[in-house]
Amino acid sequence: MTVVHGTRSPERAIDRLLLEVEGVVKGFPGVQALDGMHLTLRGGEVLALVGENGAGKSTLMKLLSGIYAPDSGTFRLDGREIRPAGPKHAEDLGISIIHQEFNLMPDLTVAQNLLIGREPRSVGFFTRDRLLNERAGALLDRLGLPLDPRARVGALTVAKQQMVEIGKALSHDAKVLIMDEPTAALNDAEVEVLHGLIRHFVTPETGVIYISHRMDELKEISDRITVIRDGRYIGTVDTPDTNLREVISMMVGRAIRTDARPENVREDRPPVLRVDGLATKALLKDVTFELREGEILGFAGLMGAGRTEVARAVVGADPISAGTITLRGAPVRIRHPARAAELGIGYLSEDRKQFGLMLGQSVATNIALSSLAQRFATRGFVRDRDIRSVADALISSLGIKTPSSRAEVSNLSGGNQQKVVIAKWLAKDCDVLIFDEPTRGIDVGAKDEIYRLLNDLAAQGKSIVMISSELPELLRMAHRVVVMSEGRVTGELLADEATQERVMHLATLRPDESAADAAELHLPPPDVPAASDVGPHADHHAAPQSEARPGADADQAGQSS
Amino acid sequence: MTTTSEHTATPTSRMPTARTLRDRLQQLLAFASLIVIALFFTAADPIFMTFGNITNVLFSTVVIGLLALGTTFVIITGGIDLSIGTGMALCAVMSGTFVVTWGLPWPVGVLLAILFGGLIGLVNGFNVARLGLPPFISTLAMMLVAQGLALVVSHSAPIYFNDSPGYLQLSTGSLIPGLQFPNAVLVLAVATIVAGVLVRRTVLGRYTFAIGSNEEATALSGIDVSRWKIVIYTLAGLFTGLAGVMISARLGSAQPATGAGYELQAIAAVVIGGTSLSGGKGSIVGTIIGALIISVLNNGLQLMSIPQEWQNVILGVVILVAVYADQARKKAAA
Repeated sequence: MTVVHGTRSPERAIDRLLLEVEGVVKGFPGVQALDGMHLTLRGGEVLALVGENGAGKSTLMKLLSGIYAPDSGTFRLDGREIRPAGPKHAEDLGISIIHQEFNLMPDLTVAQNLLIGREPRSVGFFTRDRLLNERAGALLDRLGLPLDPRARVGALTVAKQQMVEIGKALSHDAKVLIMDEPTAALNDAEVEVLHGLIRHFVTPETGVIYISHRMDELKEISDRITVIRDGRYIGTVDTPDTNLREVISMMVGRAIRTDARPENVREDRPPVLRVDGLATKALLKDVTFELREGEILGFAGLMGAGRTEVARAVVGADPISAGTITLRGAPVRIRHPARAAELGIGYLSEDRKQFGLMLGQSVATNIALSSLAQRFATRGFVRDRDIRSVADALISSLGIKTPSSRAEVSNLSGGNQQKVVIAKWLAKDCDVLIFDEPTRGIDVGAKDEIYRLLNDLAAQGKSIVMISSELPELLRMAHRVVVMSEGRVTGELLADEATQERVMHLATLRPDESAADAAELHLPPPDVPAASDVGPHADHHAAPQSEARPGADADQAGQSS
Repeated sequence: MTTTSEHTATPTSRMPTARTLRDRLQQLLAFASLIVIALFFTAADPIFMTFGNITNVLFSTVVIGLLALGTTFVIITGGIDLSIGTGMALCAVMSGTFVVTWGLPWPVGVLLAILFGGLIGLVNGFNVARLGLPPFISTLAMMLVAQGLALVVSHSAPIYFNDSPGYLQLSTGSLIPGLQFPNAVLVLAVATIVAGVLVRRTVLGRYTFAIGSNEEATALSGIDVSRWKIVIYTLAGLFTGLAGVMISARLGSAQPATGAGYELQAIAAVVIGGTSLSGGKGSIVGTIIGALIISVLNNGLQLMSIPQEWQNVILGVVILVAVYADQARKKAAA
C-alpha cells in the first residue's frame, strides 16, 4: 500500500520544526506517567502517535492543553518555548485538540456550536442569528466542511458531529491539531472524508498529531509514526518505510502475529441459538442465523448495518416486531435482558462505560452483578466472602490487572475493564456470549489477550457471537462470518472463504440490489414490504411464537441454572 | 493466560484501593462535624450535654430520621422522593381513621398505616419504573395528591388518639424500666439497623447501588431494574408510613395539614450524610448522622435563643458547606 498523498510530497519544507516536546516528565502519586517524553512535529506533516493504553498519550495531551503542568521538560512551538496554562490558552497559542468524546451541545445548531463564546452581538447582549449563520457558513466553506450551519448538532451523524468539532478546532487558527482516535466511530467512507479534511488542513505552517489504534489507517494518512511505551519515547519511523508488524512490536516490545487464522473451527457441532426472520420497527428485516456450540460466529458490516441492533433484539433490550428465537431446539421468547440472562445469554455491549460497567463500584461488585441473586445470596442476604473468592478466581484466570477485587473499576485500563465485563458473564455461567466490539479502545497487547480468551471460551464449549468493525480481527477469530448491510443479512462466509474483499463486498451490498434492476424499469421492488404491510406481516410472524411460548418456558426452566 | 498481562501496562500502584476506606472517611468526617457542633453547643450552654436534652435531641430526630432512611434508598438509585412529607401526613390521618374512626385495635391500625405508606410508594415506583416518568415529577404529583387526600379523608380536622393510650405509648412511653427514654428513639434505632442491613447485606441493597451507578448496564446484566425500582420506592413508602404513625403518636393526633417541608429536611439529612444525589453512593450511617446534625442544630440554636428564622438560615448554610466539602474532597482525591 504505497499511496502517495499531497502531504507526503518530497518537495515540502519538512525541516521546519513546528512542535517540539523535549524531556517531559510528569508523575502522579504512585505512577510515572511520562518519563522523558520526546516528540517532534514538522510543519506540513501528519504524525501518528501510537502506544498502548496507559503508554502516556492522554497525559501528553493533557500537558499540551495545559490541564496539567509538566514536572520538568519543555514544549516549543515554532521554536519558542510555551507553557500552556489551560485549554483556552493552548488554543490561543495554536494547539487544538479534538477529543474522542465530543464537546458539543446537541440541542444547539452547528453555527451556535462553532462560534460559541464568540457570537456576534448587538448592544453586547442580543444575539444576531443571521450574522452568526453567515460567519459560520463562511468558516465551513473555507475549511471545506459540508455542513449546514442551521442544522441541529444532535440530529447529525457521528461523522458530521466530528466535522463540527474539527471546524471548532480549526476556527481558532490552529497550527497544531491533535486528534484522539478520530475514526473510532466512523465507517470506511467517513474515514475517507476525514482523511481528505486532514490533507486539506495540512500546509507547511500546520501539522497534525493523529492518535489511533487502527493501524491500517496510519499507513493511509500519516507521514511518520512515533511510538511511545510506558511513558517513554520509543522511536519514530517514516511511514512508507515501515510495516504494521514493526510498529506493533515497537509498541508492545515484542512481535505479535497479525496473520493468525481461527482456531478449532467447529462445523460439526449442534446449533445452540437459532434466530429466524428477526425484525424490528426501526431497522432489522428478516435476520436469520444460527450459532453452534463452541463456535465463534462473526458479525461484519459497516457502521449502522444493524449488528448491535441484532444483539440488543436477541437479548430483549429492544422490542422485536417479528421473528423467532430458538435456544437448543426450543422456541423462547425474550422480552427483557433479565430473561436472556436467565436463559444463559449474555450481551457485552460495545460501550463498556455506558452499558457494561458500574465504573464507581469495585471489581468484585461488577463481577457479581449478574449472578448476585442466584449465586451469591441466601434468602436475599449477600455472601460477600463468596463474591470475593469467585472474583479473585476470575481475576487470576482472566489475568485482570487490578490491585485487588475491591479496587474501583474506573481505575482499570480499557482491556482490563473489558475483562471485568467478561468475568461478570462467566460468573453467571452463560453459555451464549454476544460480544459487541470486544476490543474497541483497547491496546494491541490487551487485544491479543481478549482474542485468546475468546478462543479459550469457545474451546470450553461456549458459543460466541463476535461483532466487530475491524475486519482483520474478525477474519482471525470467526469460524463463520455473517455479513450485514442496512438491517439485513447479505451473506455468510466460512472461515476459509472469508477474505477482506469478499466481506467488504457483502457489507456494501444494498440488500435490495436485486430489486435495483427492477427499479430501472420503474417496477416496485418485489422484496421490500410497503409501510402499510409491516403491521400484518409482523403479526403473522409473531403468532406462532406466542403459541409456542408456554412449552418453551417450561423447557428452558430446567436448563437455566 | 496471564503470560501477556504485563503488556497491559497498568502499574498497580496507580489505583487507589478500597473505596470502602473513602466511604468510611466520609462518614468519619460527618461524625466529626456532629461532635464538633455538639461540643460547640455544650460550651455555649452546658444544659446541652445533659441526659434530658440528649434524649430530647434524639426524640426530635425520629420523624426526620425515619423519612431520611427510606429516602436514602431512593436517592442512591439516582431518584428522588418528594412525596414523603405529605405522604407522612396522609399516613397519620389513615392511622387515625383506622384506630379512632373505625375503632380497630391500635396495633392493626399501625400496621395498616405502614402498609398504606407502602402503597403510596408502590404507586410512585410504578409511575417511575413502568410509566417512565421522572422521579421528581411523579413524586411531586404524589406530594400534592397526598396533601389533598389527607385533608379530604380527615375533613380538614385533626384526629385525636385520646382513647388509645397504647398508641401514644408507642412514641412517648418507655420500654426500658426506670429510664425516661422514649420508645420512639428505640423505633428509630431498630429502623436504622434494618435499613443498614438492607443496604449493606442484601441483594436489594446491591441492586440499589447498581441502579444508581449505571442503570443501563444493570438492566443489560440481566437485572429486572423496573421491578427493583418499584420495590425500592415501596420500601421508602413503608418508612413514610412508619413516620406517619410516629409523628401522630407523638402529637397525640393526626394533623392533616402538617407534613409539607419534612421531605426537604429529610433530603437535606441524606445529603449532609454524604449520599450523592446523582446516585450510586451513600450510606445509612451517614443519613442518620445527617439527621442528627439537623436536630442538634435546631436544639442547640434554640438553647442559645436564636430565633427560628435564623435557624433555617444556618441549616441552609450547613447543607451548602457539607455538600461543598464533600465535593472538594472528592476532587482532591481524583
